[in-house]
Amino acid sequence: MNPAPFEYHRARSLAEAHELLGRFGDEAKLLAGGHSLLPTMKLRLAQPAHLIDISHVADLRYVRPDGGVLRVGALSTHRDLETDPTVRETCPLLAEVAAVIGDRQVRNRGTIGGALAHADPAADYPAAILALEATIVAQGPSGSREIAADRFFVDLLTTSLAPDEIVTEIRIPIDADRVGVAYEKLANQASGYATVGVAAVIALDGNGTCRKARIGITGAAAVATRARGVEAALEGYALGDEVVTAAVSHATDGLDLLDDVHASAPYRRRVTIGLTRRAVLDALRRLS
Amino acid sequence: MKVEIKVNGVARSAEVEGRTLLVQWLRDGLGLTGTHVGCETSQCGACTVLAAQADGHEVTTIEGLAPRGMLHPVQQAFWEEHGVQCGYCTPGVLMTTVALLKEQPNPDEATIRHALEGNLCRCTGYQNIVNSVRSAAEKLASGAEPVAYEGR
Repeated sequence: MNPAPFEYHRARSLAEAHELLGRFGDEAKLLAGGHSLLPTMKLRLAQPAHLIDISHVADLRYVRPDGGVLRVGALSTHRDLETDPTVRETCPLLAEVAAVIGDRQVRNRGTIGGALAHADPAADYPAAILALEATIVAQGPSGSREIAADRFFVDLLTTSLAPDEIVTEIRIPIDADRVGVAYEKLANQASGYATVGVAAVIALDGNGTCRKARIGITGAAAVATRARGVEAALEGYALGDEVVTAAVSHATDGLDLLDDVHASAPYRRRVTIGLTRRAVLDALRRLS
Repeated sequence: MKVEIKVNGVARSAEVEGRTLLVQWLRDGLGLTGTHVGCETSQCGACTVLAAQADGHEVTTIEGLAPRGMLHPVQQAFWEEHGVQCGYCTPGVLMTTVALLKEQPNPDEATIRHALEGNLCRCTGYQNIVNSVRSAAEKLASGAEPVAYEGR
């Protein structure tokens, strides 16, 4: 099964990629690892006339701690992030999530920038990016800007990127204090995509009360989201069983739950709450 | 467009369409039919790479693992441990195993299963495959070389 015919262009630099994007406009799509875009093209869900391959653009594949921030180049593959010692040490949640994306073949090729820009509602990274309060660096033809994770995902397969912007870097604050992190996922058995995935970042203060809770949820709705109701019900409390159980009941507050062939909306609700509970408890366990 | 790809150590060049898949070019262009196509809907990633994306790169296929008439130690291990049934998934399983053992020469069972999760066997279970990978790891650790294949 082939994609519809298209013209392939290889950009050697961001400037060249912007030049090609400018020339072909909405007839063009950017190609990084291709493991989200090519399947949609093979299924003829997308038929761009031009593909601009940015995978050879120099120096967009790196992991760099920079003060209190971990800078991740957009062309870093899932496999890079799964195995990189710096990522595992400074941002174990990112490594944990990267390790459960698709399978090894997908992880060898797929990139974090491509996955985020594709904004699949069942992708794994968005949950982590939200819980980590990362920012996404978007480079336009005449400058770059940082987009906060919770302003990046707009709708199904839709981000706040402008048509001429390219994701170049993901910036993740590195916690100075100890945090507990966890990612819990119900994976679709065929594709590995998250029917629901929940990422948790939990920090406690000296006497054991919750100083910070960040919960990111993917798969439940058309767009990945922070579970602010859960966060508010955890922060400031000692996280005993009752507090956690009451807090996670807010996991789907305000969500327009997906209802499709993979899972009904009522089932998704139960799974989301259950996985949120597991993620919070796992994060706590790792702290102690 | 023209692509230049080194396949099993040999420099090749060809005119391909932008949409030509690497697996199509290997099989139909070069006759290297050991690389198999699965569901073709992109569940595993084997058919999700364009020939154009491989331009300037090196590719090793199952045909390039050992010289003609010889078995690579990983192939020998799968033969001995019966890590095959119909054989359709075997080339992919072997290539993944070779890549795994290059990075982690002594993987535990969980690591083996994690590495092979994208290679689906629809005949039977994975126990003999796991046994084969372990046996292959031992062979490579003891410096095994490709051996002559005695066909039936």
